[in-house]
Amino acid sequence: MTDLTLARGQVDRERLLRLLQEYGVYAGVVALLAFNFVFTSNFVSAENFRTQAVQVAPVLVVALGMALAIGTEGVDLAVGSVMALSTSLLSLYLGYGMWPAVLMAVAGGIAVGLANGSLIAFLGVQPIVATLALMVAARGIALVLLPQLEDVRDPGMASLGSGDLLGVPYLVLIAAALALLVAFVVRRTTFGRQLLAVGDSRPAARLAGLPVRRILIVVYACSGALAAIAGILATARLTASDPTSLGTLMELSAITAVVVGGTPLSGGRIRIGGTVAGAVLIQLLTTTLIKHDLQPSWTQMAQAVVIVAAVYAARERGKR
Amino acid sequence: MTTGTTTKADVQPAAAHQGADGADGTSGRAERFSALAQQHGALVTLLVAMVAASLSFDTFLTGDNLENMALSSAFLAVVALGMTFVIVTGGIDLSVGSLFALGGVLAAWGSQYGTVVALLLPLAVCGLIGVVNGLLIARSGLAPFIVTLAALLGARGILLAITDEGSRTYLVDKDSFFATLGQGSLLGIGVPIWITVALFVLGAVVLRRSRFGQYVYAVGGNEDAAALMGAPVARTKITVYALSGLCAGLAGALNAAWLASGVTILGSGMELEAISAVVIGGTLLSGGFGFVSGSLVGVLLLKVIQNVINQIGSLDSAYQQVVSGAFLAVVVVAQTWLGRRRRVL
Repeated sequence: MTDLTLARGQVDRERLLRLLQEYGVYAGVVALLAFNFVFTSNFVSAENFRTQAVQVAPVLVVALGMALAIGTEGVDLAVGSVMALSTSLLSLYLGYGMWPAVLMAVAGGIAVGLANGSLIAFLGVQPIVATLALMVAARGIALVLLPQLEDVRDPGMASLGSGDLLGVPYLVLIAAALALLVAFVVRRTTFGRQLLAVGDSRPAARLAGLPVRRILIVVYACSGALAAIAGILATARLTASDPTSLGTLMELSAITAVVVGGTPLSGGRIRIGGTVAGAVLIQLLTTTLIKHDLQPSWTQMAQAVVIVAAVYAARERGKR
Repeated sequence: MTTGTTTKADVQPAAAHQGADGADGTSGRAERFSALAQQHGALVTLLVAMVAASLSFDTFLTGDNLENMALSSAFLAVVALGMTFVIVTGGIDLSVGSLFALGGVLAAWGSQYGTVVALLLPLAVCGLIGVVNGLLIARSGLAPFIVTLAALLGARGILLAITDEGSRTYLVDKDSFFATLGQGSLLGIGVPIWITVALFVLGAVVLRRSRFGQYVYAVGGNEDAAALMGAPVARTKITVYALSGLCAGLAGALNAAWLASGVTILGSGMELEAISAVVIGGTLLSGGFGFVSGSLVGVLLLKVIQNVINQIGSLDSAYQQVVSGAFLAVVVVAQTWLGRRRRVL
């Protein structure tokens, strides 16, 4: 009798904990929104929401690629540098028109992704180290191509950065479409299943006859492509190419968004909805702190605490 | 780079034999060779690079240039020393760049209260952050890269907070004793170089000769086996991250004494340089194998490469990053390759 009640109590507690971990990020977003509605002046305005959404778009796009890499039990530290490379390539090729430039920028991102993927899949280098090497190299290449900040005067880029469709900014539409696309790939396609299987257990995936190497390479190429797209979006928003500072510490924000959103670092599971909410949460956290006169340095410290707390919570779930 | 080519040629046949006659002389020689390449490959590469550089540039082998290189290597070397211990346990510390900058600013601020404060304050703060890293990694089982990445962010945040978002610079009094730690010289050699050499001797003795050093290797080799053997796994891990924090803080303090100010923008990307140096020096990223002396050679090699790129005036300094990144990739691939061979044999 007592044993039974005890067991049920444990199950309830466990379920509660799990619910909190799965949906905690949404609760966090709602709580921050509620706080800002009440305590932050000038928060409830169309203009502010628009600014917030436009700022979150590039982070979200990078985080989508990061989610794929983390889903295979990897990580991609090169994403920030890929954004820089993308903005450099964009500036270099804008003379040929906007679309060729965009194509070159994305191709650059894919090239870095392929290099990452090859090091990881064929040569067995740990993802942290492989992508760390490409992080340095890609930033270097970006600076070789474009040594300093350059204004972007292309009308197409300008309208991409500030235009909208029925009141929704293009940047937000693109980020949302990419999120839906990645969610579809992860949930409904064979490739998505295979990717998660590789993250769950690489030896098992290999024994099951999955093309593990090809999957890993495609994942890092996707991450590179998405980071490059994020670089294009950020360039369009800022109407300037700044390879020195664009994307610095972006890998951290992306990892935070993914991990806070409930995707475990141990791979095998990807939560795109959570990743979107995670990116929004970071943005709201930053806004809240800044609007209440706390310096950016406090945002960095807060983000550090949030990331450790999220990983800590995920660990409890993994242990269960 | 030599590491990669020499081993490939010589180990391949031995590995092919391995199926037929596993434990005979051939594979023994191959393993010895692979160990030798891992241990001394970087040193050979360094010597070759230095000979090539001195033949190509008259300005390379001058006293000023060598002294400059040695001085600028000293600070990175101290950071790499702590990183060596962390990587031998199979971990990684991405926070060292931030801790280096934080240590420098704290030291410069503290120097107005005397040398003791200037040294103890960065050591205390950076050591404490290292302990927190170690606690989270060892006691809660969190991934080292994520914990130290968060520490990178957090330490940068602290740094910005105490410098009014990076706008305030603290200066070191040029006549103070603290400044001589960075700028003084003894027997014609800069004080930071003496300190670095002394720390490396100490580090080598601790890693190779002390019980703690044994634990470090044991934890990196096989954590479960180390625990079964009775090694204090958690305490060892906490200590190595604390050491890494202390080294980064001290290096930052010495750097501040050298520059006579605490510069907030320093140290970004330094974690990569330190990791590269350690890995180039023959320490395995998978843990359980490595040497302190190799890391020193790795630092010198990186600095010689940077110096050569600087001397080729036409090359942009951005090429340093391209070359460093590519070099790291090559060395890691060679390491992975060697490591695989060693496991097979």
